[in-house]
Amino acid sequence: MFWNLPYIAVVLLAMIGIATILLKRNLIKIFFGVSILTSAVNLFIIALGYREGGIAPIFTTAPSEYMVLPTPQALTLTSIVIGVATSALMLSFAVMIYKAYGTVNVDEIRELKE
Amino acid sequence: MRMSKIVRFSADMLFAAILIFGFYVIMHGHLTPGGGFQGGAVVATGAALVIVAYSYEEVLGMITKAGLMLQESIGLVMFAGVALIALGLGTTFFFNYLANSGSLFGMSVPYGPNPGELNTGGVLPLMNIAVGIEVWGGLAIVILYMLSGIVKAEEA
Amino acid sequence: MRKILSIIAIILFGVFLSLLAIDLTFGVPENTRMDDYFIKNGQEQIATNNIVTTIVFDYRGFDTLGESTVLFAAVIGVALIYRKLSKGDADENE
Repeated sequence: MFWNLPYIAVVLLAMIGIATILLKRNLIKIFFGVSILTSAVNLFIIALGYREGGIAPIFTTAPSEYMVLPTPQALTLTSIVIGVATSALMLSFAVMIYKAYGTVNVDEIRELKE
Repeated sequence: MRMSKIVRFSADMLFAAILIFGFYVIMHGHLTPGGGFQGGAVVATGAALVIVAYSYEEVLGMITKAGLMLQESIGLVMFAGVALIALGLGTTFFFNYLANSGSLFGMSVPYGPNPGELNTGGVLPLMNIAVGIEVWGGLAIVILYMLSGIVKAEEA
Repeated sequence: MRKILSIIAIILFGVFLSLLAIDLTFGVPENTRMDDYFIKNGQEQIATNNIVTTIVFDYRGFDTLGESTVLFAAVIGVALIYRKLSKGDADENE
């Protein structure tokens, strides 16, 4: 079953990310789970566009016979930047929640009503 | 939060090298892997090194928040402006009016494998520079705001 | 109760994703007409050696415009959150 190794890695990363979001109690660890899930989706998009025996889609002095598909790489660039924006906003929210409630445990934040 | 003298000295030395490498990655975006976003992230890492090595009051003496906001806005306006000039010249939005033309960045490229020249590319190097300036300003100002939040929490 | 529901959901996700991963073939993409056109004509129309940069900035420039706007909006959001934090401290001390 080693002919499919990038897809198996995508499935493992996605399962780790989803399990971290659903089972952990600390807010920072939940944000780590979201970041791992974003990385799994980026790897899946790049692994879809591979041609057997191809080189990178850039014309240099090397002889070019077969090139890998360039469109998934362009989409992944956009996705990485959006992941950076999401992480920055989530961590700022975590700082503000700690300032208002005094704790980052999800169960206690739900109970305190101020 | 002020680091020792060895850390501050080596941060000054390394900032020059990181700046040159970041500008190289931005400018050669149409010949090698790289471009605007990757080069902007490299230069923002150099700015983060300087921000971490010095204390917060000294950093505010060197760069201000309004200056970084202005730099980020200039980057985005330049990117949209280069695309809108094509609309003013009579063709569609985002048309490449400098490729194969002989003026600023317009040299033709033969088909097939060849070592690249810097003079090619048309509108693409201008867009790379605009996006690099925007990403540098944006990431540096996020780090500066997060550092200010920590300083306020220590004094309170 | 919540833990049992979470574990059932994780197992369902795992089975669904594994069925998808085993079924795909790696290295033989199916529809490549658009990318063949980009590789053949990108060097002549735009005079650039890097095909990925021509796709990001010229053939699909609207996506890059939207992405720059998203990054700008995220930086404005961070600036707004920290301004509320410092002004809240100033109101507490007075």
